[in-house]
Amino acid sequence: MDLFQIIDDIAKVDPETLDRFDSRRAAFRNFLGFGKKVTATALPLAVSTLFTKAYGQTAALPAAVVATLNLALQLEYLEYFYYDTALNSSGLNLTADERGAFEIIRNDELLHINILRTTLGSAAIAPLTRASFDYTTSQNLSRSPVAPLTALGGTTSPTTGPFTDKAVFLLAAQQFVDTGVRAYKGGAPSLNTSTTKDILEAALNIHSVEARHSSRIRSLRRGGVQSANAPKSWITPDETPNTPGLPNNGVANSPTTVGPYLAGLPVANFPAEDNITQATLNVQTIGTLVSGTAGAEAFDEPLNAETVKGIAKNFAANPTALFN
Amino acid sequence: MHNPNNLLAGPADEPGRGLTSPLARRSFLRYSGAGLAIGGLWLAGCSKDDDTDVNPNGNFIDVGKDDTGILNYAYALEQLEAAFYTQVVGSFYTGATATEQAILKDIKDHEISHREFFKRAITSGRISDSLQPDFSNIDFTQRTTTSGKLGVLQAAMAFEDLGVAAYNGAGRFITNNDYLTLAGKIVSVEARHAALIRELIKTNSFVANDVVNLDTSTPNNLGGSPAVTGNLNGTGLERSKRPAAVLTTANTFLAAGSKLSATQYPA
Repeated sequence: MDLFQIIDDIAKVDPETLDRFDSRRAAFRNFLGFGKKVTATALPLAVSTLFTKAYGQTAALPAAVVATLNLALQLEYLEYFYYDTALNSSGLNLTADERGAFEIIRNDELLHINILRTTLGSAAIAPLTRASFDYTTSQNLSRSPVAPLTALGGTTSPTTGPFTDKAVFLLAAQQFVDTGVRAYKGGAPSLNTSTTKDILEAALNIHSVEARHSSRIRSLRRGGVQSANAPKSWITPDETPNTPGLPNNGVANSPTTVGPYLAGLPVANFPAEDNITQATLNVQTIGTLVSGTAGAEAFDEPLNAETVKGIAKNFAANPTALFN
Repeated sequence: MHNPNNLLAGPADEPGRGLTSPLARRSFLRYSGAGLAIGGLWLAGCSKDDDTDVNPNGNFIDVGKDDTGILNYAYALEQLEAAFYTQVVGSFYTGATATEQAILKDIKDHEISHREFFKRAITSGRISDSLQPDFSNIDFTQRTTTSGKLGVLQAAMAFEDLGVAAYNGAGRFITNNDYLTLAGKIVSVEARHAALIRELIKTNSFVANDVVNLDTSTPNNLGGSPAVTGNLNGTGLERSKRPAAVLTTANTFLAAGSKLSATQYPA
């Protein structure tokens, strides 16, 4: 470990780093004095303590953490207003069970918005509104929407209009939440720093809740938990080729065609959801599996942030304003 | 550090990694070939103390320490789940619907896939491949029970919820981000299982307060926008659990000699 190289690296992205250390001169001096006695194995803990002092609660979060959390926050807004609009769209004729499920899900998203805003503090983006989103993909009438999605707001005022088709609503809901699961999974490593372990754990605790949401929405789509219809509550490999892709809105480092079950970039790290290779092992064949699709189902896949942005911009009223 | 041959792992890479062009750097390392990625995994057990099979803790098998310990911990839970579903599928409970049978068969396959993955991925310092379960508190003939024993769906719910809480609570102890990502790939599938099993038992219980924090003691009026109205409380976060707490529950399903401890991680 080269401590000084690490500090130098951080200083490149956070010019205030050295100031932080300087303003905590006592802590730094203490560390240096202590360092004469510490062994090599104790050094990581000492470094960790130093960073905790430097990036205390009142100090700025690392830039990568802020970026990940603000992307997550925008996705939570996208979902919150999506479910909230549905709950206020009488034309959907939601059953009592469906309404109950989506009230729970919407409320969870609002709680997530709040916890993310609290964590980010002043680094949080400005609050978004229903009008920030156009679920028809017309980007507020600036381009042709994907045909069936016009049921998610209409063709005259798509940033405010009600939803009118339950099947379309449920399908897009599943795809939003599965995209969210992949986004949190892809973002987790950026939160895994010695000073942000609590934030990492909170994000993991949102990630699994989103996966629970997906499971529930999928059971609603197939007509209830006892239905034998598709979709399963987990992602099956046929969904990768059978789910139409979307344009990436020019986002760099994302595939030209993006989608909730398609690969991100680089493909080796962010494969499509029909992937069966985990760390070079073929998880379909290493065990005795009865189902020919279990290997792909048993592992969900992450997406890189840029690919998530490429997907999400399709649902922004102004794609230059969101998911940047 | 503890694993000098591991090109991807290591605290040496940690503090600055997320800060200096993280994508470029990690992409380069990962682009160098999938073989490298597995190289990290294969070598995970090469820490200086291969002590995971010794028994420093009386009758408990300790999962070990560092990343290898967490991988062992996950492997143990997957062994337990796979054994449970294998027994479930071997002879279904009374009145199991065709859909329930299909669901449980799928889940059994998923858990076997997880178990076999860990078995091959942890090449050194791996705990026993044959942990012995004790399912004497489960009535495999019943869907649910009120007898004090767990019916099959109740036990399945316990295992799935426990698994999600376990992965979520262990993530912070993982140093190598490839392992963190692998844990993430698995935990979301466990969460899908958990939610479905819960729905089979009770409608719209998929994120109930016992697994997701919706406590009235945690008012959520944090100044967000839109403002919280009504009786909406809590954080909306899954209730993650530390290894020691998870194993206290898991050990009730493991036979003497196969019970586990995780003494190297803070409670």
